[in-house]
Amino acid sequence: MLSFENVTIRQGDFSLAANWQAAAGGRIAVIGPSGAGKSTLLNAVAGFIPLKSGHIRWDGQPLDGLPPGKRPLSILFQDQNLFPHLTVAQNLGLGLDPSLRHVNTAAVDRALERVGLEGLGNRRPAALSGGQQSRAALARALLRARPMLLLDEPFAALGPALKAEMLALVEELAGPALVLMVTHDPEDAQRFSTHTVLVADGIAASPAPTDALFANPPPALVNYLGA
Amino acid sequence: MARRAGALIAAGLAALTLGPVAIVLAQAGRGGVGTADLAALRFTVTQAALSALASTACAVPLARALARRRFAGRRLMITALGAPFLLPVIVAVLGLLAIFGRAGLVNDGLRLLGLAPVSIFGLGGVVLAHVFLNMPLATRMLLQGWQAIPAERLRLAASLDFTPTDFWHHIEAPMLRDVLPGVLLAVFAICLTSFAVVLILGGGPAATTVELAIYQAIRFEFDLPRAATLALMQVGTCGLAVALASFFTTPGGFGAGLDRQADLHAPTGWRRLADALAIGTAATFLALPIGAVVLRGLPGLFNLPSAVWPGLLTSLLVAACTAPLAVSAALVLALARAQGARWLEAVAMLPMAGSQLVLGTGLFLLVFPLVAPPDVALPVTIVVTAVMALPFAYRILLPEARVLMADYGRLAASLDLQGRAALRLLILPRLRRPLGFALGLTGALAVGDLGVIALFAAEQGATLPLVISRLMAAYRMEAAAAASLLLVIAAFGVFWMCDRWGRKDAEL
Repeated sequence: MLSFENVTIRQGDFSLAANWQAAAGGRIAVIGPSGAGKSTLLNAVAGFIPLKSGHIRWDGQPLDGLPPGKRPLSILFQDQNLFPHLTVAQNLGLGLDPSLRHVNTAAVDRALERVGLEGLGNRRPAALSGGQQSRAALARALLRARPMLLLDEPFAALGPALKAEMLALVEELAGPALVLMVTHDPEDAQRFSTHTVLVADGIAASPAPTDALFANPPPALVNYLGA
Repeated sequence: MARRAGALIAAGLAALTLGPVAIVLAQAGRGGVGTADLAALRFTVTQAALSALASTACAVPLARALARRRFAGRRLMITALGAPFLLPVIVAVLGLLAIFGRAGLVNDGLRLLGLAPVSIFGLGGVVLAHVFLNMPLATRMLLQGWQAIPAERLRLAASLDFTPTDFWHHIEAPMLRDVLPGVLLAVFAICLTSFAVVLILGGGPAATTVELAIYQAIRFEFDLPRAATLALMQVGTCGLAVALASFFTTPGGFGAGLDRQADLHAPTGWRRLADALAIGTAATFLALPIGAVVLRGLPGLFNLPSAVWPGLLTSLLVAACTAPLAVSAALVLALARAQGARWLEAVAMLPMAGSQLVLGTGLFLLVFPLVAPPDVALPVTIVVTAVMALPFAYRILLPEARVLMADYGRLAASLDLQGRAALRLLILPRLRRPLGFALGLTGALAVGDLGVIALFAAEQGATLPLVISRLMAAYRMEAAAAASLLLVIAAFGVFWMCDRWGRKDAEL
């Protein structure tokens, strides 16, 4: 269970408030106009942005002060998800052991296989296509096996078919993990999520059932969708 | 974690830099500022500013030509560009005297044409020598800026059909705005505390720098109050320069590139000719004095005095200790700075506000009551040389460290990649090229350095530059020239080995 308790985030003039909970295993889309703070919300959970006030907890344990790598989550950024000087297999191995000293290569191979990259472990990321790079990053998240997966538009640069494929792969791999996915595409939200968080006007609203939200959108969402 | 280590190193560095100044002040008491001191200050700033501007103005077209042209000998030339800066200063000045001196090549030519000879002594000669010594460093720093432009940006420029002018406006000029202040400051600060050049080519009331005046006050007059006053002036001037530069330095706006190789667009027409001219002129200007040193030293190279060999070993030992010390400290500072610790900038540049003579005198006064100075000559030399070399290493590493942190800092943090694992898997591979360059630079500087060791060393334990200066003082010029050549080979060898290590995987 992820909970935001009276959280406010402030960066200069910008501020964002959140006060809600999300259960483990959920599939939650985070949607809203650009600049509203979707990424900021994820980055606060991931530990890259300090909170002005309030707490973020996972299963009751506060995350405050935990460095990003020690939090119970994996995060995929918009880009730069792989180190270009390491091989794909090494990039995956970092998910098991950041020192790469005690990596179970069989596990890495299995993960590569599950995302359809078998045999490509020795390549460097530059030798992969965009979709393959996304798959490699997902495979690493799979190896890390953290109870939360944060997706900060990692598939934004992929085409619709490829993106749909990646979302299906996320759904398949995430299993019991809670997935928070930032997107600017309403179709992604409707295809992927059971609940949607609308980020607008300085507030990250409580997750609402996605179907109901889009069937009966509040004014901020209407503005965004341009109905 | 890097921030905590950075704070620790910064504290040590501040103590090592400010401590000796405080000791000199405490021992020296008060001294007034005379007109000669003000004249020295004026000359110091004038020659340093002219040297920095001239070096950089020559370096920009050369660096651009080297960045966008591919020709036989290009790699060799880029490696050789390290030579004048690595050349021990006294040797470089000897080379310049052979070309531009009273009986040098240039004046021989002028006489043949019936023109009046030019003098290398005074402001012109000092600036000339500083351009010779620093223009190549400026070129290499700028070249790294050009090479740091990601391939993605080059492809984008090509796809938008940028003309060379567009390319300048949108890509090269912003890059230079980031890199130039650091380059200008580095050259300016080197020239502010330049000593050997002014000792030989300057001097007299019209061409004495503050550093030379400090040396004269300590060595000839043992007038410590005056030396302290001059040291304060030196610290104030350099401090101001450092503060100014940090004001202009802004973070690089270039995103990450996925290590794909792409060449800069090489425009044809008159630009091709201009690039060829820049490369040809620079090569001639830099090669002639070095060639003169080789010709002078070669005959005696196989008949060296016996004092040369222990001197060489000592110099190499100093370099082997100094370079890793300076570069690892600079790396920690650069990484911590790249993670946002702005105040480290001033501390890392602090050594530039001091000088070898000020630090050396302070340490001398500190250890004198406790131990015999020759007993600690080597440790003191290693520490002082490392402290003085650190800003160069820091300047070289910082831009790349910033790019590294901006591109992969969050990813590394999210994967809990830190400490030694981060060093091995992320920092060393990604920063290998600037690290090799920085190691080579500080190592070669340490090999060829003649500074604080002169205050401490006795007959035993001299470094090779000190041995050479003693040979020169004894008018054994043949032997001095030959030993100089050996010193050049040692300094160049150290640089070459380190730089090569850094470039080995650069083509990935």
